[in-house]
This record gives sequence, C-alpha cells and structure tokens, in this order.
Amino acid sequence: MRTGIFMVAVMASMLLAPAPHAARDPASAKLFKSTSDHSKFKALQQDFKSGPEVTKACLSCHTEASKQIHRTQHWRWEFLNPDGKRLGKKNVINNFCTSVASNYAYCATCHIGYGWKDDQFDFTSEENVDCLVCHDTTGNYKKPPGFAGNVVTNATEFPPGSGKIVKAIDLKAIAQGIAKTSRDTCGACHFFGGGGDGVKHGDLDSSLEAPDKALDVHMDATGNNFSRATCQACHGQAPHQAKLAKLNDHTDKVACQTCHIPAYARGGVPTKMSWDWSTAGKMGPDGKPLIKKDAKGHVIYTAAKGDFVLAENVVPEYMWFNGKVKYTLFGDKVENSDQPTRISHFEGSATDGKSMIWPVKVFRGRQAYDPVNKSLAVLHMAGNDDTAFWTNFNWENAVAVGMASVGAPFSGKVDFVTTESMWPITHMVAPAKDSLRCRDCHASGGRLEKVSGIYISGRGSDHAGWLETTGWIMAVLTLLGVVGHGLGRFIAFKRKK
Amino acid sequence: MARVYIFKRFERFWHWTQAALIVLMLLTGFEVHGTYLLFGWEKAANLHTTAAWTLIGLWVFAIFWHFTPGEWKQYIPTTDRILAVMRYYVVGIFTDAPHPFRVTRLSKHNPLQRLAYLMVKLFINPLIWVSGLLYLYYNDLATSGIAALAGLTLGAIALVHTAAAFMMLVFLTGHIYLATTGHTPLAHIKAMITGWEDLDHEPGREPSQDGVRGEPANAS
Repeated sequence: MRTGIFMVAVMASMLLAPAPHAARDPASAKLFKSTSDHSKFKALQQDFKSGPEVTKACLSCHTEASKQIHRTQHWRWEFLNPDGKRLGKKNVINNFCTSVASNYAYCATCHIGYGWKDDQFDFTSEENVDCLVCHDTTGNYKKPPGFAGNVVTNATEFPPGSGKIVKAIDLKAIAQGIAKTSRDTCGACHFFGGGGDGVKHGDLDSSLEAPDKALDVHMDATGNNFSRATCQACHGQAPHQAKLAKLNDHTDKVACQTCHIPAYARGGVPTKMSWDWSTAGKMGPDGKPLIKKDAKGHVIYTAAKGDFVLAENVVPEYMWFNGKVKYTLFGDKVENSDQPTRISHFEGSATDGKSMIWPVKVFRGRQAYDPVNKSLAVLHMAGNDDTAFWTNFNWENAVAVGMASVGAPFSGKVDFVTTESMWPITHMVAPAKDSLRCRDCHASGGRLEKVSGIYISGRGSDHAGWLETTGWIMAVLTLLGVVGHGLGRFIAFKRKK
Repeated sequence: MARVYIFKRFERFWHWTQAALIVLMLLTGFEVHGTYLLFGWEKAANLHTTAAWTLIGLWVFAIFWHFTPGEWKQYIPTTDRILAVMRYYVVGIFTDAPHPFRVTRLSKHNPLQRLAYLMVKLFINPLIWVSGLLYLYYNDLATSGIAALAGLTLGAIALVHTAAAFMMLVFLTGHIYLATTGHTPLAHIKAMITGWEDLDHEPGREPSQDGVRGEPANAS
C-alpha cells in the first residue's frame, strides 16, 4: 500500500521550485532553465491515453533512455549478490509489508514502470518504463495503489463497487512540464516507503521536501538545497578545523553521520520503530476493522496491519558496518527463539579494515511464518479477492495464496516470529553546533557503549580492571602512608613541647 | 642559621611550571579516562594535550639545563648513607634526630631523592611521553613504516599511559608530603621558591662550599 504518493504530490504542487542560478524575472528564469521547452515539442502535442504512450513519445527523441533504465535497480528491483543470491526488493522479505510477491499491483505503485501486475512482467519492454514518475514537475502525476503502476486517464471506481472514484490525470500537461528529477520526485516514493510518510527510513520523510537548516544543513531549502551528495565529495577526509585536529582522527573509523545526525525523524514526522503483525485482524465494537490512534492522531493499530510503535527524534543504534548486508531470504530456515530473526543485518567488525561505525535504525517486528516448514511467509496482503489479508483478515488463506504465488510449500499453520531489520541513517544532517559532543561517546553508557573491538577513552568497559584496582590501591596506600607519617610527626612534635 | 643557594632560577621555574602542568594533566587525564567529570570531556582532552606539548617544550630547555656544569651529576644514584637516610624517615624524624644528609650546592639531593628523581626522569616520564605521543599520533602509526609501531593497539597504548599516570600520582603524593619534612614544614617549599635552603647545621660541621651565606666561612 503506497498511498503516500498522493500526499507528496499535493505538497509538492504547493512548493515553489527553487532555481539556484535563475535570473531575476520569472520569464528569463524559465528561459534559462533548459535549452529545450518540452511544451513546444510536437511529439508531446497529443492526448495520451496511457503511460506507455507518453514513454513512446519520449523515446522518439531520447532513444536510449529505456535501455539505460533497464540496467538500473530502480527498474529491476533485483540484483545478483556476489554470493550468487538474488536480492533486491523483488526477492527479499522485509518486516514492514513483508513481500512484493503476490501483491504486485499494489507494490508496483512505486515501480518506475507500467503494468507490473504479476510475475510475468516484461522487463525488456521499453515503453513500459515510466519516465514521468521521476521527471514530473507539476506534482499532479499519480500512480494509485492497485493499478500495477499504471496511471488513470479516465475516472475509475476503485475498488469496483466501493463508490470511491480515482480521478483521471492530464498526461499531456504533465509530459509537457517535465524537467530534471528533483527531491520531490525522489521523495514521492522514498519518503513514503513502508506504507506512509517516514515509516520506513526515519531519516527520509516529507519534512525533507523543504527543510530548514536545523533539520538538514545540506537540503536546507533556503540554503545549500542539495539533491544528493556524499560527505567526502565536498568535505574530504579531514573536514574539521585544525584546532579540532583530533576530530579528524575519527574519520577512519567513525562515519560522518554518526556524530552529525544526532537523531532521526527530527522533522515532525514520526517513523515506525516496530510493527507487530500478530495482533492484526481485530474488529471494533461496530464490527468494522479496528483502528487506534495515539494522542497526536497517528495510527498505532489497524486491523489490517496490527500494532505499531512510532517515534520522533530517535537516537540511532550504532554498529560496525562494512557495506555488506546479510539477509534472511525466503527459503532460509527460521526459528522462533529468543534471538530475533535477522531479516537484514549489517556486517562489519572493528578488525576487517573496511568497517565504520554507523548510525542505524533497527526496525523490530513480529511477522507471519510457517512453523512447520520453518519459513518466512509470503503474504497476499492486497487485492479485491477473497484471500487478501487486508480484505478478509484471515492469515491462513492469505499465506496459502502468498506461498502458492512463489511456488513454496505451506503447512497450513501460521505463527509469528520476532524479526529485526537495519536501515542506515544518512539524511537529516544537523548543523555542526548540534552534532554530538565528545562525551556522548567518550563515557560509560554512552552512545557507543555496545560497539566493541575499539578502545574509546572514557568508556569504563575499556579499562583494564587489574590496573584500575592496583593503581587506586597504590594511590590510596601512599596517601594513607603520608597522612599517617605526618600524624606521627605532629604527635611527636606536641610531646616534645 | 646558614643559608645555601641551591636552586637556580631556571631550575625553580622549571620545577613549578612542571608541577602545575603535571597536576593539570593528572586532573584532566583521569577525566579523559572516565574517572570523574570536572572540566567536561572535550575541554579536559584539549587542556591535556596543550599541557603535554607545553611540558615537552619545557623539557627541551630542561634537558639542556641538565648538561650545564654539574647538574646531571645531582641524579647519579649512590648508596652512600642511604640506609641512614631511610632510618631517619622511619625513626629519626619522630625523635628529632638530625638528618644524616647534608645539603650542599654540589649535592642537593639526599640518596633517596636521587633515586626517586632518577626513577621519574628515566622511567615514569619517558613511559608517559612515549605512550602519550603514540596516543596522539595513533592514526599515523599504521602508515609510519615501522612494523613495531604499526601493530600497536590503542588499548595497549592507553594501558601503558594509564599505568604511568598512576605511578606519577603515587610519586606526586609522596613528593608533596616529603616537601613538608624540612626543619619546619614549609622550609623545603620556601627553598624551592627562593632558591635558598636554610642549613639545619650541626655544631662542628661548618658548611664550606661557596654560595653559603650567613656566617662567613673566612671572616678573618
């Protein structure tokens, strides 16, 4: 379910697109934005009936664009890991909405293509590439959930018989208004991952559409206003002033983000910290699916999804990360034990020479699995049929269809397993004055208390116990010795008098 | 009472500057170590580093000073009268016995002092400086090209530095106390400030070295 795209489109349409190099008056600002004005292109002077028709028009000039897109992960949702495993969101199971399989028509809302409704999607089709979702500037471009990533050009009742009408969009106007990709187009999907604003990442949400400096120094809408960058590209490996030289000695082991993102979900949008699917399916007193909200009006329970824990201004967890992520994949054996199943886990150590200490959002959950086959469950969540969980609230049926969709055996039993997944924190970089202070880590019980394999001065667990004991005993004995000796002299002196 | 000028101007300056720096470094060092909160970690670490460089600068001059005539010889260990001095601090000091060692300009430290100061100069100080410099330049060790340094862990360096700090703390405690054991509690301390030591002399042992003031040795 990716309803977020509506909200971001509305919000984006209210924002004035910043033009850093613009001339003073609006007319020349528009003139100097690009060497071409797409509204004057003949290929775009038509009433498009579908997304692929627009793409064909695009390809009439941008002949290689789709072939280029075909090579990207944005298109494939899949990549081949060096260990031979197929990863990518098409294949992995996560602990948010769990799996793409059997839910294509909904998940494909955020695919940069048209028509991915089942596992037969043609990944070699050039016209099925969706150019507009990344190049729209109008904010009116929408791909509603349930339409397999297609757009709606005639008002449609959806779900059929529901009385809800999905409005048509004007592809001609959108196509003529295209320009470079922007933070808004990236955010249309990435701010809303996991089913809503800020849900998945915690450092990516709609507050970053036009943040102030305190929220993100680089994306600050009235300041730097960057789209994307790496820290080192501008700051190098020795970014701190000479008088703070020791800080530069941290850059080989500590990621910039660790100190410079003191907390995530700082923009007023809470992020989801945990998700318990096992409680899903409750009906309210009115017999309708139950929904609970917290004091601020954020949803913390729905019958469709179970219980959530939301949080703002979250202090990250910290760990060694060498860039490699280990997944529990579909087909891997899963045990319901005290240790959570690691849906995704960052690899790294103090000694591998590649790892840095990173801030991480650890997302914890309880999700369905087959306790007999010891396999994570593929869930058929969304759809207008009699098995989709969100329509029927029956786990066994939803899992049976989900498992069948990937050709996996299902015992008929559904239980729940605790899981955790990891997400690196890299946005919402605070101004330097708000970055961590030394003592946030150089102390016992500090932020890096659990990061092992490295000596951190000030952290008690790094002290050698024998040295502390011996050292202080010696110091105290010396003190007692001199005090005793002095007392003796004093008494001797008094007696003599 | 006779007085002898035994601590020259540089020596006094060096002593007290060093004393202040060592006290400051003990205070800041144990804060950086995580023993307590005093200045705030960041300030403590900065003060500690600045004080360390100041002390190293001071020692560059001090090393030259040691080679000015006669000074380094003050620290040559000797067993001469060492048992007598030990006996004095264990027994004699309480019975008002005379100090078995006589301060002169050529020999201003008693045998215990010679040993203690030599230990500080040749063992504790080098241990602190070497481990401290390795600590400061830890990031450059791996690329130093010196295999013995490249393999050092920060934990091992910190361990040695901390151990040396405890030794310095023990020395400082004893040193400050023993500074009060002159013929009056402040006598030695005054001497270290003014340079002039009162000679707690015994009858018949007239000081004969130059620099002695008071009763002129050759009044006639």
